[in-house]
Amino acid sequence: MSKRTDLLLSFADDELFLGWRNSEWTGIAPFLEEDVAFSSIAQNEIGHARALYELAAAELGTTADELAFDRPPDEYRCAPFVQLRRLEWARTIARHWLYETADEIRLAALKASEEPDIAGIAAKMDREEAYHRMHAEMWIDRLLSTGEGRARLDEALDELWPYALGVLDDQLRPELRRRAEERLGRELPDVAPVSRGVHEAELVALWEEMTMVRRSAPAGTQW
Amino acid sequence: MTVDEVWAALAEIPDPEIPVISLVDLGVVKDIEIENDSVRIEFTPTFLGCPALEVMQRAMEAKVDELGAKADVRVVLDDSWSTDKITPAGREKLRVAGLAPPAPRGAGKLNLVELQRGGFRCPYCGSMETHLENLFGPTPCRSIRYCDSCRQPFEQFKTI
Repeated sequence: MSKRTDLLLSFADDELFLGWRNSEWTGIAPFLEEDVAFSSIAQNEIGHARALYELAAAELGTTADELAFDRPPDEYRCAPFVQLRRLEWARTIARHWLYETADEIRLAALKASEEPDIAGIAAKMDREEAYHRMHAEMWIDRLLSTGEGRARLDEALDELWPYALGVLDDQLRPELRRRAEERLGRELPDVAPVSRGVHEAELVALWEEMTMVRRSAPAGTQW
Repeated sequence: MTVDEVWAALAEIPDPEIPVISLVDLGVVKDIEIENDSVRIEFTPTFLGCPALEVMQRAMEAKVDELGAKADVRVVLDDSWSTDKITPAGREKLRVAGLAPPAPRGAGKLNLVELQRGGFRCPYCGSMETHLENLFGPTPCRSIRYCDSCRQPFEQFKTI
């Protein structure tokens, strides 16, 4: 597999899994506006995954749906960060902010890509992601405004920071640390990243859920 | 068949989710070229996750088919579409339908504080006394605002 295809699949898998994780808040978020927000963010992320899978599918002679749903769990390349199931609000917000910040850094690098189709999609995604980032920033402000919020956010950051580093390639990680420490007003642990290639047990459970309908129907079923 | 006739035909296709405006009003038809009996349409989706994209593509193909030609719809995925591409007529149709048109894209980054505070007109009573309820709404392209004058929530087309 080419480096380009590997990059497209890694990025698409990140967006697909995070989209599914975000959608787990639909109906059970702390209040209605957040049900709507996390559902809408999930829809955007899954749309981004589809666009990236379509580019990869053209190279591999397959389809976006087959890449999204027909691979065995071992073949997904998503960062362990997006595999985690964290239905706890401070951890959800910590992951949301860390992922969107890492994503902004990754998109900036891809917008400068010499491959016009990748640069084009990155530029389009970035327009939409601006809303995700504003939403995450709003929640960081809220958590930082009280002692309890700060304490809960700190606990979540200590747990999730090594995973967040694992979203980015080596050379982009210092920028994530710089932005995170400045915005969150604290030092982050000097730890080894939990990098791509490691699979959390939660990945298989999510894979079983998201492919269940497709696996239950014969190939070629028209929905 | 001329390029202008194709533009006129596509201008009859309503947006699947906001049927008061057409695909041409929405600015998603980027270019039309005719070669023999084939019509090449460059199309730029609004949001990548918008479920209406395939419906739009099929509607354009059907329209060109009615003109007796075959459509070759090419999807362009870059940042060449923005809400600034919505035509003035399209913006007015959105407003009349109760959906506040998007603010123009500024030179700088989108700013949460500006979105929260003001500069957005209520499509029902025209008041500028409105505030942001939710950055996100019922479809990817909409936010929810509330008018403090007529006490009515309304949908705001996001600026992207």
